[in-house]
Amino acid sequence: MQEITEVRWHGRGGQGTVTAAKIFAETAMSEGKYVQAFPEYGPERMGAPLRAYNRISTKPLSLHCQVTNPKIVAVVDATLLGSVDVAEGTAEDAIFVINTPDDPKKVRETYRIPHGSIFTVDATRIALETLGKPIPNTPILGALARVTDTISKEHLIEDTRVNLSKKFSPEIVQKNIEAITRAYEEVRGE
Amino acid sequence: MGKPVAMTGNIAVANAMRQINPDVCAAYPITPSTEVMQQFASFVADGKVDTELVTAESEHSAMSACIGAAAAGGRVMTATSANGLALMWEMLYIASGNRLPIVMTVVNRALSAPINIHGDHSDGMGARDSGWIQIYSENAQEAYDNLIQAVVIGQHRDVRLPVMVGMDGFIISHSIENLELLSDQEVKDFIGEYLPLYPLLNIKQPVTYGPLDLQDYYSEHKRQQAEAMKLAKPVILKVAQDFAALSGRKYGFFETYRLDDAEMAILTLGSSAGTARFVIDRAREQGVKVGLIKLRVFRPFPMKELQAALGHLKALAVMDRCDSFGAAGGPVFSEVRSALYDLSPHPAVVNYIYGLGGRDLGIAHIEQVIRDLQEIRQTGCIRELLTYLTVRE
Repeated sequence: MQEITEVRWHGRGGQGTVTAAKIFAETAMSEGKYVQAFPEYGPERMGAPLRAYNRISTKPLSLHCQVTNPKIVAVVDATLLGSVDVAEGTAEDAIFVINTPDDPKKVRETYRIPHGSIFTVDATRIALETLGKPIPNTPILGALARVTDTISKEHLIEDTRVNLSKKFSPEIVQKNIEAITRAYEEVRGE
Repeated sequence: MGKPVAMTGNIAVANAMRQINPDVCAAYPITPSTEVMQQFASFVADGKVDTELVTAESEHSAMSACIGAAAAGGRVMTATSANGLALMWEMLYIASGNRLPIVMTVVNRALSAPINIHGDHSDGMGARDSGWIQIYSENAQEAYDNLIQAVVIGQHRDVRLPVMVGMDGFIISHSIENLELLSDQEVKDFIGEYLPLYPLLNIKQPVTYGPLDLQDYYSEHKRQQAEAMKLAKPVILKVAQDFAALSGRKYGFFETYRLDDAEMAILTLGSSAGTARFVIDRAREQGVKVGLIKLRVFRPFPMKELQAALGHLKALAVMDRCDSFGAAGGPVFSEVRSALYDLSPHPAVVNYIYGLGGRDLGIAHIEQVIRDLQEIRQTGCIRELLTYLTVRE
């Protein structure tokens, strides 16, 4: 049976969640994997809840249906925790990476996440301190590189550089890489 | 080996257009195809192509400009979706009737009302009688490969017909996947120089396009169009063969998967074929003899070839991502079932209409189709000729 790692991203419009899913896929591809990255498109508005998905495999991917049972859940905006069931469809061994100043224990108790491993990182604060803007997508990627074996930090930094250089100045690219590195160090488990 | 990249279906297609470097491209943006023209417009602005880009005020005008440019003698391309294709309607027939090999990407999407921007084949299927060759793609790689082949098919002297290449809106157009691009030079050599027939701009040989053609000749011209569709079949296969020699990727009128020893099969087109293949692998592990036919070329319809490929089956499920209201079933079903009528015995054929307006077709849905096929296989009875899958009823 083909081993496929599925990822679900929860964010709000304008936080770079779709870009994060794209960088995640490109990083996995540069590690020789087959990838998919696709957002769930609805009415596109700043601040509206959105989801994006990844599939990563060592073999070619042919599935073109929604991701319903993700192994990894990345929550880019903690204000979604109260209104969206981020654990929906996940199994016992799921990995949750959540952008919040709270520790994993508090998140588990407050939002009653029944299973899986919870990791938290204050990605918004890291983004504000490095980028000067509350765009937490690159720090979340740094945390994912730390707590999953799907992507490595080295490839992530490399692919972020390539990807963001198309749109942003070298200074901003460097700040994003700093954000990744800090989140990689600061992410906390239970 | 091509260059491995990760990109969306739309960006892959825009890159194919860059490598094809058409003379004229006239378009009007509509979701989910907008990104194709947006990216291609960047290529034009950056001087990566020599194309004259015409930003029209509607899709009707976009196709009209394509027709004018193609009649003048240019290699012409465009892209659209859904209601954009619908607005082109009368011009589609004028493009094919004038035998102009325009190549168009159709990012397949549902038609309004109610408004829906998601993946659905109602747009392309509605244009199935417009005289355009129709090729459907499973993924971004196929959308890219099909577009390059479409140029060579349409411009062939035996064919001279417009070609539309479909890919599923959002599911493919906006999903990032791995694919391989050919080099610019490989594409340039593969498509060759464009040789216009009877161009309007050749003032030494004045010609007229689209004149009055009443009872006396219209029928003969339509008969010639039908003949061109027939002649397109060997051309499509020859172009696929040449493309395989170049890329290593094989194409035909359709692709079969685990079909040779199958007793049952699913026939589908577009992105759902990939999900079906995954589910068929699982069913095979359980000893269920089920296979897949992924239809690539819907026009010209490969009737004889489907008869040869499907005759040994006991039961066949045809999947339609489009309804044909009031008909016996969806458009693919009606044609496939008709194709198998002459066979004796012929498989029991049932229809599933699924995924309208982007409704997800999941693993469990295809498992249900396989269970239904097993029941038909065992009992020899068809309980439901047409089932609406993925619908709350």
